[in-house]
Amino acid sequence: MSTATFGTANEDNAHLSKSDSRAVRRRSLALLGSLIRPVRVRFWLTIAMVVLSQAARVAGPALIAFGIDHALPALRTGDNVPLVFTGVAYLLAAIATAGLTALYVISTARLSQAMLLDLRVRVFRHTQRLSLEFHEKYTSGRIIARQTSDLEALRELLDSGVSSLASGMLFMAFTAATIFALDWRSGLLVLAAGVPMFFLSRWYQKHSQIAFRESRVVSARLIVHFVETMTGIRAVKAFRKEKENSETYGKLAEDYRLVTVRSINLNGIFQPGLVLIGNVCVAVVLLVGGFRVLGGGLAVGVLLALILSTKRFFQPVDQMAMFYNSFQSAQAALEKVSGLLEEVPTVLPPKNPVSLPAAKGSVDFNDVEFRYGDGPLVVPRLDLHIPAGQTVALVGQTGAGKSTLAKLIARFYDVTSGTLTLDGVDLRELATADLRRNIVMVTQEAFLFSGSVADNIALGRPEASRDEIEEAAKAVGAHDFILELPEGYDTDVNKRGGRVSSGQRQLISFARAFLARPAVLILDEATSSLDIPSERLVQAGLARLLAGTESARRTALIIAHRLSTVETADRVLVVHDGRIVEDGTPEELIGGGGRFADLHGAWKDSLV
Amino acid sequence: MSKQTSFFRSISRLYPHVRPIIPRLLLGLLSALLASVVALTIPQVLRVLVNTALQPGGAPEAVWTSAGAILLLGAAEAVLVALRRQFVINPATTVETRMRVSLYDHLQELTVSFHDRWGSGQLLSRAMTDLNFLRRWMAFGAIMLVVTTLTVVIGIVAMFTMSWQLALIFLAAAVPITINSFRFRTRFSKVARRSQDQAGDLATTVEESVHGIRVLKAFGRSREALETFNEQAEELRQTEIAKARHQATFTMVVTLLPELALGAGLVVGIMLCASGQLSIGALVAFFATAAVIASPVEFSGMLLAMALTAKTAVDRHYEVMDTQNTITSPAEPRHPGELAGALHFNNATFAFEDAPDKPILRDITLDIRPGETMALVGITGSGKSALIQLVPRLYDVTSGAITIDGVDIRDFEVEELRRIVAVAFEDTTLFSNSVRDNVLLGAPVRTEEVLEEALDVAQAHFSYSLPQGVDTLIGEEGLSLSGGQRQRIALARAIAARPRVLVLDDPLSALDVHTEELVEARLREVLKYTTTLIVAHRPSTVALADRVALLEDGRITAVGTHTELLASNQHYRYVIASLDSEPRDLDSELSALEDQAEEVTR
Repeated sequence: MSTATFGTANEDNAHLSKSDSRAVRRRSLALLGSLIRPVRVRFWLTIAMVVLSQAARVAGPALIAFGIDHALPALRTGDNVPLVFTGVAYLLAAIATAGLTALYVISTARLSQAMLLDLRVRVFRHTQRLSLEFHEKYTSGRIIARQTSDLEALRELLDSGVSSLASGMLFMAFTAATIFALDWRSGLLVLAAGVPMFFLSRWYQKHSQIAFRESRVVSARLIVHFVETMTGIRAVKAFRKEKENSETYGKLAEDYRLVTVRSINLNGIFQPGLVLIGNVCVAVVLLVGGFRVLGGGLAVGVLLALILSTKRFFQPVDQMAMFYNSFQSAQAALEKVSGLLEEVPTVLPPKNPVSLPAAKGSVDFNDVEFRYGDGPLVVPRLDLHIPAGQTVALVGQTGAGKSTLAKLIARFYDVTSGTLTLDGVDLRELATADLRRNIVMVTQEAFLFSGSVADNIALGRPEASRDEIEEAAKAVGAHDFILELPEGYDTDVNKRGGRVSSGQRQLISFARAFLARPAVLILDEATSSLDIPSERLVQAGLARLLAGTESARRTALIIAHRLSTVETADRVLVVHDGRIVEDGTPEELIGGGGRFADLHGAWKDSLV
Repeated sequence: MSKQTSFFRSISRLYPHVRPIIPRLLLGLLSALLASVVALTIPQVLRVLVNTALQPGGAPEAVWTSAGAILLLGAAEAVLVALRRQFVINPATTVETRMRVSLYDHLQELTVSFHDRWGSGQLLSRAMTDLNFLRRWMAFGAIMLVVTTLTVVIGIVAMFTMSWQLALIFLAAAVPITINSFRFRTRFSKVARRSQDQAGDLATTVEESVHGIRVLKAFGRSREALETFNEQAEELRQTEIAKARHQATFTMVVTLLPELALGAGLVVGIMLCASGQLSIGALVAFFATAAVIASPVEFSGMLLAMALTAKTAVDRHYEVMDTQNTITSPAEPRHPGELAGALHFNNATFAFEDAPDKPILRDITLDIRPGETMALVGITGSGKSALIQLVPRLYDVTSGAITIDGVDIRDFEVEELRRIVAVAFEDTTLFSNSVRDNVLLGAPVRTEEVLEEALDVAQAHFSYSLPQGVDTLIGEEGLSLSGGQRQRIALARAIAARPRVLVLDDPLSALDVHTEELVEARLREVLKYTTTLIVAHRPSTVALADRVALLEDGRITAVGTHTELLASNQHYRYVIASLDSEPRDLDSELSALEDQAEEVTR
């Protein structure tokens, strides 16, 4: 596969080169195949039900014919057995038809829902697995688009497609056989209609493929804009962005409409085109057969039967055009979804995970270098050893690289070269569950999920009891305000924690970390929104948490612009341009007259 | 879940949107009807042609004319099918797009408290899935429903002309079908609604899992998130299957009952024939007609389900559209004669709509003079952020009033008010746009100078060294910036708006001390001419202010200068005093001083 279309790299391009187009198509079909495989038994069962119900349906007219041809004369002679037989048989056929139809409706739903659930979970799991690096460049709106409107396209295919395709094909096969049995020459004429149909389908495929790809791209754009507006509604309102947004959205919606119209119009040529070809074929059969009737080579009755059968042969073409349409649409959607699924997380779970149930918490950077993707070197050659139980403060200007170091320890990113170890185990080899249990990071953005306050704290350790949750909240001084909320710990925090202030959000996210009780705690500007009394409470709690048990203190890495926390640290690292330029106890550094001494002075001044 | 409304009342709400396209819908309907008439005619014409014109030894012209006639009819059918689409598609998509845009516009209008309640996934599913479905229903489902109904009615009338006894038997099947369709309608609507709501919730979960990805990763909770998602997706699956089960039951009824009636008709018909009361020809014609209407009848189950789903989609759409925007411009907006920027809180009380008995702010009375900078100090949860959001009317006061230059802010045109008041939030939202567009978003004049000045005041010079300078795309679709960088851009945005009243929610929290000092030095100049309300957590931020208001449990308990409050107010000292100068230390220092004094006097 060419690299140009690998993953999500080229997904906004609807006009792919021939080989790229084939590659993404294959990828999309492979995904479809992998979805069918686990449910293939049901798949064939559903098709069997469709076939059987069709067969039962055919029995009806045959019984009517039998009734008129046999039961009626028999009844006239006083024999009512054939009539009873006809009546009972018709009854049975009706029950079978209805029962089988109902069964395949349910079976189709089961089939399509099983496949959808499979794909939903797969996509969700995969996006969770993808590294932050990916999430930072692929927008949340796009992931949402992939998981909503793209899956919707597949759902449409599955809901309508299977039964209509199977019954249509079966019907056509039966009718074709009838025609051949009546007159092979006319049969060949009917088959010949397949040639223009094939070319029409090819034409349709080529063009609709592009239209549907465009449709996926534009709808994703529409969704991205929608999500961005709704999540940033406060700023939208405060800065009167409504009009500008409305214009943008109107334009995108119109683009989406146009591309939808284009794809529908293509189908609007394709479907009547097929009908036309069918009808022309009927006329040709009539013409050819007509002359043969004139010449006496064909009976009139046979010709009538031939023409009616030919007409009937093309009936399901309508449905099949519809199926092909949803198939094209679903395929374009699956191209995008499969691209997302193809993305490889840059932070991979270890192949042979080393378990570390209870880490002591020593963190070591050995000759570490780091860059984001292909970007410039952000961390040039770093050797840093943090013994277990040490509280380390990272200080430095905005953009100095403090957060990068924190993200490396939390393994949001992997080091570019060198090794980063916890208790001597390379993070890349550490079992994911152990890594996450032992190292926890609290960031400045305290995201709350919908659910109760208790649920949000419990995120730190899902198995924690209510008592433990409250204990954690008390430790960070969040307990009082939580009790003040309408339903205390069971209060729903709503969307984006709209109801609690950003300071309260930080306290809740702090409580999460307390509940998690990790060996290594990383705080990235986690107290920036707190007022001084709250910060004081958090610090007291933090001190208790870090003290840990008698035998083992916890390791902490604290990033703060405020030096209040820093002063209580065992050790201060001053970071500048990704390098550690000063390293020592607070007292040493203040006495040393370097950057930290400067910062400390400025901080002291700011307190007056 | 809202209570069930009748099908027609819901659908009729589409009327204003659909009205302009009704002629085209009718033309589409006509084309569909004609197409099915032509499709039905072709076999009849064939029969006649074959039986009359085509005989061995007949004229070749007859063959040509018959084939020509068939070709013509066939072409007509194809053209009519194409016409139906032509008539309907464009207008239907126009209606869809118009509804989508009006939904979006309405959502932008609706209050912040509405958005607090509604997950954006729920809104998204309304804007995309529901409206897509509605379009398909308008262009296909609704028309086919009419065509099918007409076909069935015409078919039954034709059957009556052939044999009223048999037709009555057939019609008898309609009674239980009708009864059943009512039951189907209530049940299916309920499940359809549940499935749409669950799909919306699922979208919300997806949205949260993406926006909260850092937290999920930091705590290694992806598995739990997946479990929650899986549960919800499984619920949706079961709802969908329940939906299919209802549909299957109904399909079974509409398939079985007519067939049973036909079976009975067959037996009765043969008996009638045998006794000479019915001709064989009529019997054959009756069943031929029955065969024609059998598939439309069966199809009706699917079409009815589609119509019901469309109905719930309409309900869901109007549920949002019917939500009144409570924060609107008055009929006759006022504005002060001269805009000086005097901000006055007059017994302002605020409680969230759903918790009216727990006011966040109580009887706030506060005067901020034109050009004055007032710091707002209070512990976490005292109501600072809520108070700040009242000024640009992101929320409205529950009672009391806020005035600017004597005019109630509810009497301003909303847009003008928000032009006068600019805000920088603590959690910064940047849009997928260039730095330039983000900063100049609210600016009255979008010039290079304004941009430069705003970036300079906010110490956001880093913008110039981004890959494409100030034209670099930032926000979600662009470069991701650090927290401090984002905060500075957001501050620059508020400054560039050149407001009379500036509202800042702890705008410097993510800045380091040096940068903060620089920002403050420059900010002081700007603030000189702007009325400012600034939430402060640190003495350094308070230093920007002329006066300080202390917020305690939703009330203003003290107003004064920093020094005054520090001297007189114990709670203020508690809130703002730095960590290392605890009151206790102060006491011991004081007593030490007193000791010295005593020594001196001795």
